[in-house]
Amino acid sequence: MTALLEVKNLTRAFVGLVAVNDVSFSLQAGRITALIGPNGAGKTTCFNLVAGALRPTAGQVLFEGRSLEREPPEAVCRMGIARTFQIVRPMTDMSVLENAMVGAFSWTTNVKEAREKAYESLENVGLAGKANARTDQLTLPDRKMLEMAKALSTRPKLLLLDEVMAGLRPTEAAGVVGVLHRLAEGGLTILLVEHVMRIVMEVASTVVVLHHGAKIAEGKPSEVVANPAVLESYLGAGFHA
Amino acid sequence: MQRTSNQASDTKRWSAGALVFAALAVVGGMSNAYVISLLTIVLLFTFMGQSWNLMLGIGGQLSIGHALFVGIGAYAVAILNIKYGVTPWIGLLLGAVIAGFVGAVLAWLSFRFEVRGIYFALLTIAAAEFVRIMFGGWDYVGGMQGLFYQAPSGAMDLGMLRGDARFYYFVALALAAIGVAGTELISRSYWGYVWRAMRDDDEAARALGVRTFRHKVLVVSISAATAAIGGGVLGLVQGAIFPDSIMGMAISVDVLIGPVVGGLGTAFGPLVGSMAAIPLHHAMGALGDALGLPGLNSVAYGAVLILVVWFLPDGIWPSIVRLYGATQLPARGRIPQLRKVEE
Ligand SMILES: Nc1ncnc2c1ncn2[C@@H]1O[C@H](COP(=O)(O)OP(=O)(O)O)[C@@H](O)[C@H]1O
Ligand SMILES: [Mg+2]
Repeated sequence: MTALLEVKNLTRAFVGLVAVNDVSFSLQAGRITALIGPNGAGKTTCFNLVAGALRPTAGQVLFEGRSLEREPPEAVCRMGIARTFQIVRPMTDMSVLENAMVGAFSWTTNVKEAREKAYESLENVGLAGKANARTDQLTLPDRKMLEMAKALSTRPKLLLLDEVMAGLRPTEAAGVVGVLHRLAEGGLTILLVEHVMRIVMEVASTVVVLHHGAKIAEGKPSEVVANPAVLESYLGAGFHA
Repeated sequence: MQRTSNQASDTKRWSAGALVFAALAVVGGMSNAYVISLLTIVLLFTFMGQSWNLMLGIGGQLSIGHALFVGIGAYAVAILNIKYGVTPWIGLLLGAVIAGFVGAVLAWLSFRFEVRGIYFALLTIAAAEFVRIMFGGWDYVGGMQGLFYQAPSGAMDLGMLRGDARFYYFVALALAAIGVAGTELISRSYWGYVWRAMRDDDEAARALGVRTFRHKVLVVSISAATAAIGGGVLGLVQGAIFPDSIMGMAISVDVLIGPVVGGLGTAFGPLVGSMAAIPLHHAMGALGDALGLPGLNSVAYGAVLILVVWFLPDGIWPSIVRLYGATQLPARGRIPQLRKVEE
């Protein structure tokens, strides 16, 4: 099987702390992979490194065999990697539809085409009915979905989702899980950061576990939850299943 | 889905605009010389305000030295016409090209070296003041004595852009109409969408593939070029140009007062704002002269600015629109908070 994305020995140090420490993993095309770990484990930093928002201290990111570490975020996006922000970042003075159109302008300059793509993305996440709303009229779950719609409009090959289901009610989360499955069936590769293990078990075919910046486990969800090191990192030393 | 409601409001906006400009054309046919000359200035600053509005209200880049570009345009037209007898049309074109280039270089250097937001704005003032002082000491461009156009013969000459006050009124009216319509069109074009995206959130826009660096350079360059066209016509209207009058801080303030008072990022805001602020400025100037209180006009400007920022922070125009209950309107007219400008 070919890897769409390969992360090799990725390291990022901040002053006084190594947020991502020698992490390697690869993503299979068309699969959903979950990146999990306790708060502060380095998941968002990892996303920022892949998306070009941060430069790695060491290591490599290969996308379709091409090296990404020196590319700015807009170039990474144009190569086919779209990301959402853990803390939602709507364009506040643009409508929901206009927000979703921006991503489409990474591959077209035709406004009509961008608008159609934006409607399609909004429909994908169940927001089409609110296309003309202002972003400050959206609930938090809807804003998370808008983040996803914006990313989808770029026509990504790889989608990086940072806690898009945090704060959603179980039924809403179930809806999103359905969306992710549909997107993956359509050939999209997804890397998602998610805290709720039940959801991870449901969507991910592979799980990568970070702790204090280092990868401590990787495997099928069922394997990973049975891994003592993982349980310990989540529940503190002394816990044994 | 509400695709149709947008089309309906589009038609409404365009019809309203056409009506306003038709009314202004009628006014131009009827009014006396004083009103005509005042409105000519209002309309020219509507156009230049629109160019400034494009840069901040849509592109998110703050300039407080637009007099630089206004001056470049004015001098390009004046030098070519007065010294070499070249038609102002060529001067306007050349001025726009030079100003666009200067704007692009200024933006490129600043943004390349991470000089952004308020610091970029300070740089625009510094550049304007530098060129103003330089022109004041440069004999070729007339130095402090400035450059004088020949008194108009009175006969209208479209090819040489000469004519009476009413002629310039209609030139200014045409420019203002182009400014308003152009802003509306650009705002809904590919450029408008990506510029507004980078205005609202630069990092998020980049994550969506927007090459914000080149778009910032582009928006500054286009804003500079259009401001220069306004400046070229302003010089013709005034009949003479001096570094202090055409490139001073006062011009930079006159350019931005319309959009700020009227509504940033909107197509009509600069028109409404210039209509409100510039006649007041002139009236207060006259009153100040009569009362022996020079500077009353500046105080009036300050007061208007404070009142608008305090009571109508989005500007006059968006407040009017809201009165008519257009709550569905995306909030396009907000003054980008300094948070955004500082980024
Ligand atoms: N820009 C930054 N500067 C300094 N430290 C940072 C920065 N970004 C993240 N960190 C630190 O790096 C660690 C990992 O953070 P993050 O990647 O956000 O974790 P996660 O997303 O897994 O919760 C945290 O200790 C965080 O405080
Ligand atoms: Mg995080």
